[in-house]
Amino acid sequence: MSANGSLHTLTAHEAGDLLARREVSSRELTQALLDRIRAVDGRVNAYLTVTEDLALQQADEADACIARGEGGPLTGVPVAIKDNMCTRGVRTTCGSRMLESFVPPYDAHVIERLREAGAVLAGKTNMDEFAMGSSVEHSAFFPTHNPWALDCVPGGSSGGSAAAVAADEAFAALGSDTGGSIRQPASLCGVVGLKPTYGRVSRYGLVAFGSSLDQIGPLTKDVRDAALMMNVIAGHDARDSTSAPIDPPDFTDALTGDIKGLRIGVVNEYAPDDLAPEMRGVLDAAVARLEALGASVEWGVSLPSTPYALACYYIIAPSEASANLARYDGVKYGYSYQDGEGMWDNMERTRQHGFGDEVKRRIMVGTYALSSGYYDAYYLKALKVRTLIRREFEAAFERYDVLLGLVAPTPAFKLGEKTDDPMQMYLSDVFTLPINIAGIPAISVPAGFVQGLPVGIQLMARPFDEPSLLRAAHAYEQATDWHTQRPEV
Amino acid sequence: MSLTREEVLHIAHLARIALSEDDVAKFQEQLSGILDHFEALKQLDTEGVPPTSHPLALESVMRADEVRPSLSVEEVLANAPLVEDGAFRVRAVLE
Repeated sequence: MSANGSLHTLTAHEAGDLLARREVSSRELTQALLDRIRAVDGRVNAYLTVTEDLALQQADEADACIARGEGGPLTGVPVAIKDNMCTRGVRTTCGSRMLESFVPPYDAHVIERLREAGAVLAGKTNMDEFAMGSSVEHSAFFPTHNPWALDCVPGGSSGGSAAAVAADEAFAALGSDTGGSIRQPASLCGVVGLKPTYGRVSRYGLVAFGSSLDQIGPLTKDVRDAALMMNVIAGHDARDSTSAPIDPPDFTDALTGDIKGLRIGVVNEYAPDDLAPEMRGVLDAAVARLEALGASVEWGVSLPSTPYALACYYIIAPSEASANLARYDGVKYGYSYQDGEGMWDNMERTRQHGFGDEVKRRIMVGTYALSSGYYDAYYLKALKVRTLIRREFEAAFERYDVLLGLVAPTPAFKLGEKTDDPMQMYLSDVFTLPINIAGIPAISVPAGFVQGLPVGIQLMARPFDEPSLLRAAHAYEQATDWHTQRPEV
Repeated sequence: MSLTREEVLHIAHLARIALSEDDVAKFQEQLSGILDHFEALKQLDTEGVPPTSHPLALESVMRADEVRPSLSVEEVLANAPLVEDGAFRVRAVLE
């Protein structure tokens, strides 16, 4: 790559290779990315904060590191971070008025790891408030636009990160996924999105939403970049008591290109009868491609509790959210209403004005599900259904290495199309929620276009078997060219 | 499943969220609609099924009780709306 004018189109691993060979400096690379952000983000609105000065400073540090012959694959590569991960000294809003001017005094675990790896922070990306949403329309600040069609949503809640990667405004990004918030925007924006196994990546410093569901993961231009990001962020951290004490492998070892004999099962419920024919066509073509690569693909795997996952999730996640978001009281940090009649009045008005409607809805649903007299009928019942869903996955993984389905029932929908009907919005996550309920890993990989908009397929694997996911996704990706297609923004 | 206006106000009180009159009507309708979808779970037989509160089978994660570095008082209070003598200041709880 000679001209700086197209540096922003590189993948993270291509950028890292150029840096390691000293064919480009991190300062040049970072400046090229900042120029790209300045040129297109007025239309996309992927970023809430662009950390230009910090990025250039980190780029110079990375260049010094590379000059000493040190550094790793991501040293000097600018990445974008969803704005629900704490960045020391950099505003972290969580897409909410409540945290509009909150400046964290510490870094999230994943930020520490990225800093140690020498990655450059390009900025913080837009999201649905407190990660509650599927379109970024619940951001308290502004919506993000899908780079493939600016009148469409990018998906959510990590839609800012997905749009930034798709529009070449970041070489790679981090998102978080509580019910599909990495995979669904990855599908809608035509990028790779990996939700790791629950416990694989520490959530220390991630603003908590649904603590038995939340997981951090990468959004990237290709599967190799996802593996490289996982190599940086995965692993045990004592500060997150749900962090698994399991040493992660080198995830790039899985990128062999060989999936001969891999047993793949296609899940009936993630390709229902009422699916649009074009969406089914994407899945059919992906199956044919995987078979041609030597995988053993079987149709007809049934996870019969899937239709109950939506209700199960929308009891569990809001219940946990109602407890987690109790901390926003206007006393310790964040927005604070001061003109009330007393402490309680101030607190209630802080939460009235600081939270948006979707957050209030979920807090209230969760409060109701946990309240005296309803706990057994709602919350406890949902936890039992959770066991049924988990067991069905366990049974399926006795026969298959990887399960396959679509990520979302449709491509990107129009801005404003679903904002008046919360249930319609929730239904866009119907294929992704069960994965969080079961705690297993899953990846979204670009697999075609419907009505000119990108669509992903979803691969799922056993707990801590991200290598099988990455192996299958990488082999598929290398045999197709969907991931190389970019929108004109 | 239809929530009454009083139930919405009760939930909002438990959640410490003040609601305008418009909000009460709006949430009464929307929350009732969401709760309707939860009724589907009653069709599933979960007799004898243990609850899963956590997908990972980690239990009683303990660590040694050792003094470790933490944030300074200044850092902890840096984002606070009201501070007095190194502490968070609130209005009187009992007035």
